[in-house]
Amino acid sequence: MNEFNDIKKIIIKKPLKLDCGVTIVDYPVAYETYGKLNQDKDNAIMVFHALTGDQFASGKNPITNKDGWWSYVIGPNKALDTNKYFIICANVIGGCMGSYGPSSIDKKTGKKIGINFPVITINDMVNAQFNLLDHFNINKLFCVTGGSMGGMQVLQFIANYPDKSKIAIPIACSASHSAQNIAFNELGRQAIMADENWKNGNYDLENKSPAKGLSVARMAAHITYLSKKGLQEKFGRKLQERDKIKFGFDADFQIESYLRYQGSIFVDRFDANSYLYITRAMDYFDLSKNSNGDLSKVFKNTKTKFFIISFTSDWLYPTAENREIVIALNAINADVGFLEVKSDKGHDSFLLDVPDFLNALKNFVDNSYKK
Amino acid sequence: MKEEFKIIANSIQREKSILDVGCGDGELMKFIYENISKKIRGLEISKDNVQKCIQKGLTVIEGNAELDLQQFPSNSFDYVILSQTLQAFLNPEKVISDLLRIGKTSIVTIPNFGFWKVRFNLLFKGTMPVTKTLPNEWYNTPNLHMCSIKDFVNFCNDRKINLFKSLALTNNKVSSINKVNLNFKNLTSELGIFLIEK
Repeated sequence: MNEFNDIKKIIIKKPLKLDCGVTIVDYPVAYETYGKLNQDKDNAIMVFHALTGDQFASGKNPITNKDGWWSYVIGPNKALDTNKYFIICANVIGGCMGSYGPSSIDKKTGKKIGINFPVITINDMVNAQFNLLDHFNINKLFCVTGGSMGGMQVLQFIANYPDKSKIAIPIACSASHSAQNIAFNELGRQAIMADENWKNGNYDLENKSPAKGLSVARMAAHITYLSKKGLQEKFGRKLQERDKIKFGFDADFQIESYLRYQGSIFVDRFDANSYLYITRAMDYFDLSKNSNGDLSKVFKNTKTKFFIISFTSDWLYPTAENREIVIALNAINADVGFLEVKSDKGHDSFLLDVPDFLNALKNFVDNSYKK
Repeated sequence: MKEEFKIIANSIQREKSILDVGCGDGELMKFIYENISKKIRGLEISKDNVQKCIQKGLTVIEGNAELDLQQFPSNSFDYVILSQTLQAFLNPEKVISDLLRIGKTSIVTIPNFGFWKVRFNLLFKGTMPVTKTLPNEWYNTPNLHMCSIKDFVNFCNDRKINLFKSLALTNNKVSSINKVNLNFKNLTSELGIFLIEK
């Protein structure tokens, strides 16, 4: 994997008791920031990344040399305007971009932690990232936001710290991972574990990673991020650099070639064990579990202003699941707005150039900051 | 701003909580937000209108009143507004009972089907009425359950709904509706504005 000497990170001295019972201490959280923190420290936005994201939400990612995953959203005059706001984004623990994760080196053995890394939850991720508020001496954030797993972290953040953000914008997410969500994640994990190079998670010791398994996991997941209509319009039955089918198992169709490519570029930047740990954290996410399924109780007494956004063609975290959050907040008379954005781009809509989404986000954020 | 909106806004006490059901592009909400109470939220079915509301800085939930009002707890707002939307519902009776449950006071306005121009259309032209407050043709109207001022008053009386204020609006002129002038107002008013409670 890559070296992370140049990226920003803080070492968290405060012990963190994880949901699994293990306590971690002196662990790194890698982060990136955009824009400037103002004198009143009231313009800070914490952005949470999704399953395969990282702290490089905007600008050029120094490791992959590609645009940040939320480049359409974050930047000068964009929805999250870096001329106005100070944006913080951290790599989740369990991740592989410099935060404490299975590819971190175990000081005792000098080797990668691998499968000995403790199983983490969304709650643990949020609690670890919360330390960044102390680091920047910020008493209260202006906004917490993120899509997909990032949205789950937004919900968890408000549940844990009800008065630590003025507004919250969970996007294309759910308060509880569905059986279908778990099923797709399990498919990905089994693909990784079935790769003979995985070697019970100890692959790095031999410098041979389960790239095939991880790329199949990515291919399967990628399908869930797109809509049927979107796929059909983009690829249909178009053939890949050939006039007719070849009666073999080559990538005859463009969609096959596309998925193979997506799988192959993913393995260069992502650690297979991180994929196992983070998908597990998502599967364990069930925010109302401790309140007997009553999601309203989780947000009781919150003064945070919510804006929930879903997408019409998102079948991974469909509108109905986003609406559950709206209903729970309505039931306690919380300040909540909701918009289902029309888009053919599936779950990935929140990462793409979808003007209705970007405009709504910008208008909501800017208007909320004024008040 | 529309005269109707001024009357609605004037019926609301300062700093009370308000839900505007079918809030449209948020024009009324914005006026109330800026002049009367910041505690206002909206429910709107059209995505375009929800976007316009967000642009105005208003908190709005995209949803269908007939399906989504049930998620709001009882007595959770001081006022619930329903402006010229009642006639577009599949089940207006259910919507009214939800309004009464959610709000301490409900403000309901209806385009009056008893207005003389409406009657004139049907009586002499023999065509479905098209007027300022009922601008659509029969084939594209969103209105499913038209009623007159008198119909609405009867509806409330039959269900023992406390109709404590009834106003009529014609050519931007407001007047009160009472038992004595009901038939006359039903003929001469374009719009009825009603404040009701359980």
